[in-house]
Amino acid sequence: MGYSGFKVIKEGLFGQKGWKPVWRNPDPKPEYDVIIIGGGGHGLSTAYYLAKEYGITNVAVLEKGYLGGGNVGRNTTIVRANYGLPGNSEFYSHSLKLWEGMEQDLNYNTMMSQRGVLNLFHSDGQRDAFARRGNTMRNQGDDAELLTPEQVRVEAPMIDFDNVRFPIYGGLMHRRGGTARHDAVAWGYARGADQRGVDLIQNCEVTGIDIEGGVVRGVQTSRGAIRAKKVAIVVAGRSSQVAGMAGMRLPIESHVLQAFVSEGLKPIMPGVISFGMGHFYISQSDKGGLVFGGDLDFYASYAARGNLPMKEHVMDAAMTLMPSIGKARVLRSWGGIMDMSSDGSPIIDKTQTEGLFLNCGWCYGGFKAVPGSGFSYAHLIAKGEHHAPAARFRLDRFRTGTGLMDEEGTGSQHNLH
Amino acid sequence: MRLPCPICGERDRREFYYQGHATLLDRPAADADAGAWDDYVHNRDNPAGETRDLWHHEAGCGAWIVVTRNTVTHEVLGAVLAEKAKS
Amino acid sequence: MRVAGKGLNPNGAPVSFTFDGTSYTGREGDTLSAALLANGVRLMGRSFKYHRPRGVLTAGSEEPNALVTVGQGARQDPNIRATTQTLYDGLAARSQNAWPSLKYDAMAVNDLASPFLTAGFYYKTFMWPKAFWEKLYEPIIRHAAGLGALSGDAVEETYEKAFAFCDVLVIGAGPAGIMAALTAAQSGADVILVDEDTQMGGRLLAETAEIDGQSGPDWVAAQLGALAKMDNVRLMTRTTVTGAYDQGTFGALEQVSEQNAPLNTPRECFWRITAKRSILCAGALERPIAFPNNDRPGIMLASAVRAYLNRWGVAAGSAVTVFANNDDAHRTALDLIGAGVTVAAVIDSREDAQSLGDYPLFSGAQVIATKGRLGLKSITVQDARGTHEIETDCLAISGGWNPSVHLTCHMNGRPTWSDDILSFVPTDNSIPDMTVAGAARGNFSTLGCLEDGISVAKATVTSLDLKSPQIATPAAEDDPYSIQALWQVDGTGRKWLDFQNDVHVKDVKLAAQENFRSVEHMKRYTTQGMATDQGKNSNVVALAVLADATGRGIPETGTTTFRPPYVPVSIAAMGAGSQGHGFAPERHLTSHNASVDRNAPMVEVGLWYRASYFPKPSETTWLEACNREVNVVRNHVGVCDVSTLGKIDIQGADAAEFLDFVYCNTFSSLKENRVRYGLMLREDGHVMDDGTTARLGLNHYVMTTTTAAAGQIMKHLDWVRQALRPDLDVRFASVTEQWAQFAVAGPKSRELLNSILDEQIDNESWPFMACGDVGVAGVQGRLFRISFSGEHAYEIAVPARYGASLFGLLTTQAEAMEGGLYGLEALNVLRIEKGFITHAEIHGRVTAFDIGFDRMVSQKKDCIGNTMSRRGGLLDAEREQMIGLKPVENEHKLTAGAHLFVEGADAVSENDQGYVTSVCHSPTLGHDIGMGFLKDGPNRYGERVMLVDHVRNNHVLCEVCHPVFFDPEGGLARG
Repeated sequence: MGYSGFKVIKEGLFGQKGWKPVWRNPDPKPEYDVIIIGGGGHGLSTAYYLAKEYGITNVAVLEKGYLGGGNVGRNTTIVRANYGLPGNSEFYSHSLKLWEGMEQDLNYNTMMSQRGVLNLFHSDGQRDAFARRGNTMRNQGDDAELLTPEQVRVEAPMIDFDNVRFPIYGGLMHRRGGTARHDAVAWGYARGADQRGVDLIQNCEVTGIDIEGGVVRGVQTSRGAIRAKKVAIVVAGRSSQVAGMAGMRLPIESHVLQAFVSEGLKPIMPGVISFGMGHFYISQSDKGGLVFGGDLDFYASYAARGNLPMKEHVMDAAMTLMPSIGKARVLRSWGGIMDMSSDGSPIIDKTQTEGLFLNCGWCYGGFKAVPGSGFSYAHLIAKGEHHAPAARFRLDRFRTGTGLMDEEGTGSQHNLH
Repeated sequence: MRLPCPICGERDRREFYYQGHATLLDRPAADADAGAWDDYVHNRDNPAGETRDLWHHEAGCGAWIVVTRNTVTHEVLGAVLAEKAKS
Repeated sequence: MRVAGKGLNPNGAPVSFTFDGTSYTGREGDTLSAALLANGVRLMGRSFKYHRPRGVLTAGSEEPNALVTVGQGARQDPNIRATTQTLYDGLAARSQNAWPSLKYDAMAVNDLASPFLTAGFYYKTFMWPKAFWEKLYEPIIRHAAGLGALSGDAVEETYEKAFAFCDVLVIGAGPAGIMAALTAAQSGADVILVDEDTQMGGRLLAETAEIDGQSGPDWVAAQLGALAKMDNVRLMTRTTVTGAYDQGTFGALEQVSEQNAPLNTPRECFWRITAKRSILCAGALERPIAFPNNDRPGIMLASAVRAYLNRWGVAAGSAVTVFANNDDAHRTALDLIGAGVTVAAVIDSREDAQSLGDYPLFSGAQVIATKGRLGLKSITVQDARGTHEIETDCLAISGGWNPSVHLTCHMNGRPTWSDDILSFVPTDNSIPDMTVAGAARGNFSTLGCLEDGISVAKATVTSLDLKSPQIATPAAEDDPYSIQALWQVDGTGRKWLDFQNDVHVKDVKLAAQENFRSVEHMKRYTTQGMATDQGKNSNVVALAVLADATGRGIPETGTTTFRPPYVPVSIAAMGAGSQGHGFAPERHLTSHNASVDRNAPMVEVGLWYRASYFPKPSETTWLEACNREVNVVRNHVGVCDVSTLGKIDIQGADAAEFLDFVYCNTFSSLKENRVRYGLMLREDGHVMDDGTTARLGLNHYVMTTTTAAAGQIMKHLDWVRQALRPDLDVRFASVTEQWAQFAVAGPKSRELLNSILDEQIDNESWPFMACGDVGVAGVQGRLFRISFSGEHAYEIAVPARYGASLFGLLTTQAEAMEGGLYGLEALNVLRIEKGFITHAEIHGRVTAFDIGFDRMVSQKKDCIGNTMSRRGGLLDAEREQMIGLKPVENEHKLTAGAHLFVEGADAVSENDQGYVTSVCHSPTLGHDIGMGFLKDGPNRYGERVMLVDHVRNNHVLCEVCHPVFFDPEGGLARG
């Protein structure tokens, strides 16, 4: 069923009775061409692009909870392509282009809003590092502008420029960046995949991966065994457990990242703004809530809830950067489980098991990657070869040292990225 | 969160720096193979449940400690000095 | 309407205030909502989406409707609950989200369009044309966003944070909490009793029930008096526990003062409370019933009607009706009649309901319609006999009570459905060391709460190895809780669930119809429960509606998760102390004041402040000053405070072996009284830090680190010694702040030193890289002959308490020989001229190979990072390696952060060859110079590359060269 303004008006006149389920509730079939483990943003977009781009529709997405219940539903909704290193640069550039056509492609309003992402810097050294990053973006064909403090003041007047511990030296503006309605992204891809025949199976937990002679044969689930020619793992937050079912040990440690939303307030925040001297980034939703976040809680955790010291640190950063939001009240905070990889960059690769694929390690950057990750993963699954924009997301880079993508320059310690 | 420093007693999480899993105590020999070093530096069991990990009582006595705790419930089961621990 | 003689403060002084510019008089002790109701004001707000007129629903912090803005300018507080705002003389409150006025709100047109604006409609439209989202649709949506407004000004008031510790934290001071606190206190435990209200007592302040023959408020006062006398008890009113965290830590928000307090009086204090045990006595919240147009001003919860009457002496209406599915209906009616307020009807959905007093009772009846756009005028009741229209200006509703389980869910606990009370109760052990007592676990009679408080506290103190005291249970009512399920009423018209977000029953049904059947999907699709009350009023009813729509039971349908905070917490409170310069400590050098006196701009370097340059009156730009300072060093002598470098004192029989293990090069071979440059790797084979280490004795070294990495290196050394090499006999301490250290650089540096040293030095006694103790004007100091400028140079260190005077002495002596001070800018130029690296180069992704130091990584020993640095990918010739750059045309400017391309190649990613890390104008060479990284760089000296800086619009043809521009043989430093 197509969505449109006309349809909304028609249903409004006739009591909304015509709206159909956005996806079916199929029972699992005995066998599929491809099983995707994980019905989050990346899993759903993988299913969508497998069907749409590669014509593979005999696909099941197995989700242990509800669709979109993982990190796609608990993030700060930021979309950007402002990475500094080869590998990430071309990947996020591709992903941003998919974002820009997403609503028309999916016929679903995911409210991708390109109101800009502004990274502030606070020293000459940071300015040079951001200039380098901005130039990487421009080399990639994406947009980046280096703003002076005066230009920042125009873009973000709520910042304290006068009584501040770390003065504003300027900012790197990425105008094509912005935010999107996170749940809608999951729902839009789910609907698109379902319409193309993909079985989205909720409350179906994978409990084992069947491998015979080095070849994947299917999975064991809470709803019985399901056979498959190919199995694709895409379960950020549980990657180590699911990959462990196939005997793999990943360069990943799981960490909590918190996010916060305030009570609804009249809009004051134009786009996304991030602080350079303490982890803090903020935007304002179309409902009026300030949506913001900070750094990891820093210790390995699967608890999906945040601890107090990091909450306070985030509020501390907010108060030094923009004390004009001090009277906003935090309404709700939550935590997602991040796959923190050893260089802070993701993995989209084949595995040693034939027919078994791995997509993980998105750290805290998974949301903006949803379209690109699904597209590139679908390509890998369908064609058996890396999709060019994601060709560097290889698992063996840690062992060989070739093509590491340590954007933060903090090394192999998982929680420092 | 509060952690039991073997030297100082129970202290707030704010006093500690976190490094990672206690596997880092088992440093391979310099000539160990690439796989052993890859496992040491990068790969982790990353359990959802009981784990042993390394914390530094940075704002306290300066001890590195190995904490046994649960990554799902955050229950803390004990701590020993890294100096005396075998992973 | 005020009821004479009623309320806890019947003779309170009059208080004048305004609402939307109209003046009113309230009474001391009133909340804003009580005072407005006393003045007959029912319309207090507008809803978010449809701008429906709304009145106050509750009498507590869970209020969804009556949100107002208080104060002006920087003191403007948006989204203040009128129900918790204490009235003060001069309070000026304004309504929100309405224009031009609360009564005539233009945006109420949304309500007319509501058939089209159902749950999730925006996901289905606003997609065409593509460019219209940012340009048209979204601006319109954002124009309507939000409730209240921030002022835009920085917070001026004071906020605080504090820590507290106790044995037993009792959360909530109703009957259960008071008895729990008394019991725990009498066992000798340290007790903190917190309550979010201005007065402790909970529902006892709002009900007419008696305890031990006393009125509820009198009994409460007596118990609080007893608690206040005990020095192991701390009573905290207006303090809301906002979150439960690990190992017995809690966040709590204390409201300290009102908006009229002096600016230096804290408004709020955010507490971090650590408790060995906690007892949750948070009570319960009443819930509404979903019936058509159940949102009109004048319709409120029955518990709120009783609270306004009994606590504040306010009748919420002149002809009150009551609609309930439980005994609260009758309790409300009796209280009102007792106060002389007319009760027009009691509508009890239970067939067997019996009248308990002199009021018209409709049993087995339901309210099916209401009238009155800006204030309730009448209701329509349906029972077996038919429909009855009843005139009323206040309808009190009760759909039953929900225990306040919220805190028990903060650690991912899921509450359990109880068929007895038709609500969720806490699941045992949801929070370690927390037990729940009283109404918070569904124990709704007063006696039950009192008993529960005692017994839970007894078990708690026993678990702390304290003696459980003997406490008598006071006498109180023990009425059974009788309720019959009634979630929604049939009938036409919208039945509101989430009042603020305007979610009604049909929205939930539409969600189910579209297969958003999971409770999380329903919530996210409809926004049910996402308003400022976080579903406290509406979640359970909405869940029941979803369960009904999907043909499942409520337990099977599940529930969404309650997340912290329990009540919204201001950013200013949780971030108290960090505004402005409070965010991070400031570290000042001993030369700080002298530098400021010389008008040196002080710049942030990590936590430190360092002098950028020392301007002369004739100089108009920083570059003039910088060039002069560089020339002073190159031609005469310069002095610079370098104390920010990390200094670690290392001692022990195995100190040398330890250093060999943490540095990639060797220090055991270093002679005493000599200094060596060292390179430290991370275990992953990349460069961590560099610096010089001096051997002061056989078993005594002093290591220097970069300013940025000082803390990290100290931690790393601790790690290596304790965890990897406990076999070594070595100890160390950070002495960064114990020593003030100054670089003395330039041809006249020795001459300057000899003017202040107790004993003269020469090239034989202090050759290049020598170090040792010296006397400086009678003080024992240390002298290191090291150079970060390429000049003949030293660093001289004295205990920090002599730093300021030595800095003064060095300055005077330097200036006497045409020398002077130099700052960070000149320091940077001097080091780039010499090709020395900083963290601009060793930015965490480079290897010793990349900076041309791979031969420093000893092949003869194991050390941190040695093995991993030999991975093939880290030794690949195609890696970007360090080079120098100079412009082909002398006048062209280099910029750091630019990328490098083969001349003539397009400046696109595929052609990217490297990047620039550091640049400066070299007054010594007369043109710009730079350092950077280039693929296979060291083999490309002499080649021309194009420097492209898109973001600064700079394109410069450069020549690749060796990174050491000045005195490449190093003769000057040795001379």
